[in-house]
Amino acid sequence: MSSKNEKVWSDTQASPEFQDLKRKFRGFAFPLTVAFLVWYFLYVILTAFAREWISTPVVGNINIAFILGLLQFATTFLIMWLYERHSSHSLDGPSDALRDKVDKELSK
Amino acid sequence: MSSTTLSAILFVAFVLFTLVLVFRAGRSNKQSSDFYDGGGGFSGFQNGLAIAGDYMSAASFLGIAGTIALFGYDGFLYSIGFLVAWLVALLLVAEPLRNSGRFTMGDVLAFRMRQRPVRGAAATSTLVVSIFYLMAQMVGAGALVSLLLGINDPSAKNWIIGGVGILMIVYVTVGGMKGTTYVQIVKAFLLMTGAILLTIMVLWQFGFNISDLLGAARDASGKGEAFLQPGLKFGKDIIDPLTMAIDPVKTLISKLDLISLGMALVLGTAGLPHILIRFYTVPTSKAARKSVNWAIGNIGAFYLMTIALGFGAAALVSRATLFRGFKVDANGCLMDAKGVAIANGDVACTPLADVGTLDAGAKALLVPVDPSGNVAAPQLAQFLGGGEGTTGGAIMLAVIGAIAFATILAVVAGLTLASSSSFAHDLYANVIKKGTASPAEEVRVAKISAVVIGGISIVLAIGAQGLNVAFLVAIAFAIAASGNLPAVLYSLFWKNFNTRGAVWSIYGGLFSAVILLVFSPNVSGAATSLIPFVEGGVRFDFFPLANPGIVSIPLGFFFGWLGTVTSSERNLAKYAELEVRSMTGAAIGKAVQH
Repeated sequence: MSSKNEKVWSDTQASPEFQDLKRKFRGFAFPLTVAFLVWYFLYVILTAFAREWISTPVVGNINIAFILGLLQFATTFLIMWLYERHSSHSLDGPSDALRDKVDKELSK
Repeated sequence: MSSTTLSAILFVAFVLFTLVLVFRAGRSNKQSSDFYDGGGGFSGFQNGLAIAGDYMSAASFLGIAGTIALFGYDGFLYSIGFLVAWLVALLLVAEPLRNSGRFTMGDVLAFRMRQRPVRGAAATSTLVVSIFYLMAQMVGAGALVSLLLGINDPSAKNWIIGGVGILMIVYVTVGGMKGTTYVQIVKAFLLMTGAILLTIMVLWQFGFNISDLLGAARDASGKGEAFLQPGLKFGKDIIDPLTMAIDPVKTLISKLDLISLGMALVLGTAGLPHILIRFYTVPTSKAARKSVNWAIGNIGAFYLMTIALGFGAAALVSRATLFRGFKVDANGCLMDAKGVAIANGDVACTPLADVGTLDAGAKALLVPVDPSGNVAAPQLAQFLGGGEGTTGGAIMLAVIGAIAFATILAVVAGLTLASSSSFAHDLYANVIKKGTASPAEEVRVAKISAVVIGGISIVLAIGAQGLNVAFLVAIAFAIAASGNLPAVLYSLFWKNFNTRGAVWSIYGGLFSAVILLVFSPNVSGAATSLIPFVEGGVRFDFFPLANPGIVSIPLGFFFGWLGTVTSSERNLAKYAELEVRSMTGAAIGKAVQH
């Protein structure tokens, strides 16, 4: 029983459908993670080391520091939206199909 | 009716309402596993609100608003870090965790490892993180009581802390995950409503012009343009007292401390056990993703509103009120940090009532009674309602005060649930009983451990009342980022990761963070330390940063790598199962065969 299940898992893992799904997920999520972390730490480093520049007023009393901070909010919402769109368009379908296939084979 | 009475009535109403919810939830719990995952049937929207409720602790609502009110821009850095952190949870953790675990963080970490060492480590770090976080909330509860209800009697404070502890034990043992989730949803709804109400009232005062709000806050702060710029609290320029020039080394350390804090904030969230187990309350990974989306929406909106709350408090509430007054000497004269009376022009003694007539130089010497600013939001509410002594002011103060209590209570319940689940499921069932405990027995142990953990945190919180709430929260985030996150990420994404790697990364990150904290200025060597530094006193602050993350988080990842490559254990068959399960949700919720 257990070894039969093991074969289902490893066969699925090796299947082109799964490798394709994995590539689509990692190819999207990993670079995006690097990007938002770089962008966040860039912001933190600027607030620590570029005080003069970041304190330049832009509109009224709103300075670059506020704009950058609000942009962090904006990019967070944007990335959330992008990932949701990517998942629902490209990941959910293949992932559900694989799940049904695996569950069927496991219950055999 | 005074605001104190009204506040108490509203709070009791909240408690009664949530108790009804919790008892109903408790009756509807059918299987023993419902204790851990609430039946796993919540929708993404419900769980999203519950996550927001679990996450927006008293430290967020009171602490960030207070920090902005007193230090201006720097408080906003917390808001940003706490929000951006959710992207780690969204992109890397929520869905695979939902697909491959059942009840605890340990489920995923131990999936393809030897159970006992890994679950033991996972339970240890879950308990350590949760207990620090619990203490922060309960110390906050004690402080809030004295501030809002005007109770300063220590024994009354202890009774309140005890009461909060007992309530949360009831929530958790009776309602389990389902009951706790309902409490979080109600709390998140109340908190958002309160914040929206305050934000609209603040913006209305300034004709919905943010620039005017910031300008008014700057003018009232007495700190000039610096109030709207980073640098009043974090990453300060340190002046050498002898040469009056900037000390380059100390200034660099102070800026590294800011970056270190940023790291802990952004990487800590996805390692907080009480947040991770929320992903198990929904049926699918898609619902887990949706719940993070809802959580990000709510949390993001809330943290945006902290700008209005914090700067609004700075602009509208007087500094003397925010600081709850300034320190005076035995003669009733305002004094500086050394206890010397502050002169006002030719007058040697300035009474507190004349604080407004001081010039800027003299104002800079004032010593606040309460430098935390934790009551800025309730004070703002009082002002917006019409001010002290008015009915409107009393009502607003009572409403916001009761919401703050509800906030603390709900977070405390979530933390107790996370730690008792991990104790019962990881430590008792898998380490002590080696997997032979029946589910019913496991849940009985979880309920007993909720009582014990509740009791321990009541005692610890009573003993820890002098501690700074933000410090305790920072410890929890730093440990979560150093001990938990590396292990979670390696488990999900690194094929070769193994038992030794998991154990080393958890203990390595956990102990690095704790040891660095012990030898940091948080504990000794500064006037604000746990052991306040006096000339010639003991000090062992060998590590100059208050935030250990910049060192301990890389160490957590390093130990995980080192442990993995020095051990020959590989379990590729189990990794195939983990990978397929985590990406597809196949066999979801079914126990793993070991």
